[in-house]
Amino acid sequence: MTTVTNGVNVQALLDAREVLKGAPEAAQFTWRASAKWQSGVHSTIKVQSFFGLGQEQSHKEESVFEADHPEVFAAEDGGITPIEYLLVGLASCLTAGVASVAENRGIQLRSVESTVEGAHDIRGILGADSDVRNGYNDIKVTFTIDADASKEDIEALVAQSQKRSAVFDALTNPTNVTVEVA
Amino acid sequence: MPDARAPKSTGGQAIERTITVVIGAGHAGLAASHFLTGRSIDHVVLERGEVANSWRRERWDSLRLLTPNWQSRLPGLRYEGPDPDGYMTVGEVTEFIERFATASRAPVRTGTNVTSVRRTDDGYHVTTTRGEIRCRAVVIASGACNQPSVPQFRDAVPASVEQLTPFDYRDPAKLPDGGVLVVGASATGVQLAAELQRSGRPVTLSVGEHVRLPRTYRGRDVLWWMDASGLWDQRYDEVDDLTRARRLPSPQLAGTPERTTLDLNALASIGVELAGRWAAVRDGRALFSGGLRNVFSLADLKLGRLLDSFDEWARTRGCDAAVDPPERFAPTRVPESTRLQLDLRSGEIRAIVWATGFRPDYGWLDVPVVDAKGQLRHEGGVVDSPGLYALGLPVLRRRKSTFIYGIEDDAREVIDHLARYLAVRRRS
Repeated sequence: MTTVTNGVNVQALLDAREVLKGAPEAAQFTWRASAKWQSGVHSTIKVQSFFGLGQEQSHKEESVFEADHPEVFAAEDGGITPIEYLLVGLASCLTAGVASVAENRGIQLRSVESTVEGAHDIRGILGADSDVRNGYNDIKVTFTIDADASKEDIEALVAQSQKRSAVFDALTNPTNVTVEVA
Repeated sequence: MPDARAPKSTGGQAIERTITVVIGAGHAGLAASHFLTGRSIDHVVLERGEVANSWRRERWDSLRLLTPNWQSRLPGLRYEGPDPDGYMTVGEVTEFIERFATASRAPVRTGTNVTSVRRTDDGYHVTTTRGEIRCRAVVIASGACNQPSVPQFRDAVPASVEQLTPFDYRDPAKLPDGGVLVVGASATGVQLAAELQRSGRPVTLSVGEHVRLPRTYRGRDVLWWMDASGLWDQRYDEVDDLTRARRLPSPQLAGTPERTTLDLNALASIGVELAGRWAAVRDGRALFSGGLRNVFSLADLKLGRLLDSFDEWARTRGCDAAVDPPERFAPTRVPESTRLQLDLRSGEIRAIVWATGFRPDYGWLDVPVVDAKGQLRHEGGVVDSPGLYALGLPVLRRRKSTFIYGIEDDAREVIDHLARYLAVRRRS
């Protein structure tokens, strides 16, 4: 296998997989975000700490996200809409997966670009039609990948990246969600 | 065959002694017996029911072997009937295994259920419903499919929906009229989905990761290619991801006289509705994954790679002329819309068939060799306890281990190891 440099430390991931096979408790992570209402439908979300490998962890820096609605929703547009954040998560997760799988399979990537489109019927959230769901009806991701690999190998990269994607799973499978008032 | 040493007595019951106990008189246990006899190793084969018991009692009526007749062979026994390209019925398989038991004069004790195996200083103590046996070595050949494996959320299915496993299923007539949800797209799942759909019951098939195969490729049975190209001989220690290979669902194949392919496109064309992997039950509704397209892609891409490897093999072996030209199959058709949920209380579905796989039962094995997932810890059938062996598990020593035809090489090598173990112990 020729050495590829996609910049993913696959060996560390493979080592972690072996270690965590025998230590499932260390594999339990909790991701966190905290949100604060600003005004209107605008809120600010901060992400920094998380729990994993048996202890509290922290990103190097705090990330701050603004969420709002666009002007066509009669809002100030102080940030992207919450449902767009799902697209951000999906695109970044699948892209990370493509890079990791490529590294593991010895495929040199030159460029990986994707567009994500979510089809959303807003009559659901407006309560205009109770038969329409609130969330996306369909999400479509289109990858354009330039790499030293055949079309089939590139398709296999993308398929494997979906198979191992946390966000793809979270969007395609039901998840228990508990919302409480503290 | 009890040996001449004086039996010990405990509580009035004699403890029998032999060198090796084989548990299970299916094809695997009988193959072990064949090679033990060949090496004159004293042994008994203990069988809870009759020879080929699970073929008699735990299979549905229409099932046929996935391997063609010419490929259905056991040590010293091969198919000699008029239809080498056909597939044995359950009755024929039972008879074939019985014939093997007779031909190899296997010392089988039927109606003898093993309730415990534990270690002693120099071997194992086997407790059965018909007495106690002490031995130096044990071969576990009790099968990989002792219990249907069904997800926990089966408990949340409303009582109005009948639930069956492949062990309960015999033929469509036993099911209520109306819709059926078949869960799982292995060989079992696709075969039952087709049979139920043809019986007039609308079938929804919940599809997770699966193995797509055509029945024939370039004019030959696809299992001929597996065998001839050497893929089936790939050893367990050469397989990239052995855990995954051992957990792989059975390929979407059926053994029909017409030798037709039974993939998801074939099912869709007779009206079976395809849904994603069944993920949960919430408020009486089955919730399916929206990732159906990707499981199609994974299976289609994997099939393409397999056929590429067959073509490559045919080319390098110079046998392109002996087979038909290469062919490629249409991708699995994605339905225009797939449902993400199904109301189990609506009456649309009257029965659920769980084709979600099987697991072995080692509840009787009082030796700490079973992992957290309930699988035996072994290296190519050599279990992690001296003198303990296994046969007849998926990819035990090679990819073909899963099939009846794969047992001969496995059994020979495992019994070789067992014989060496006995010889070394004797000398020391």
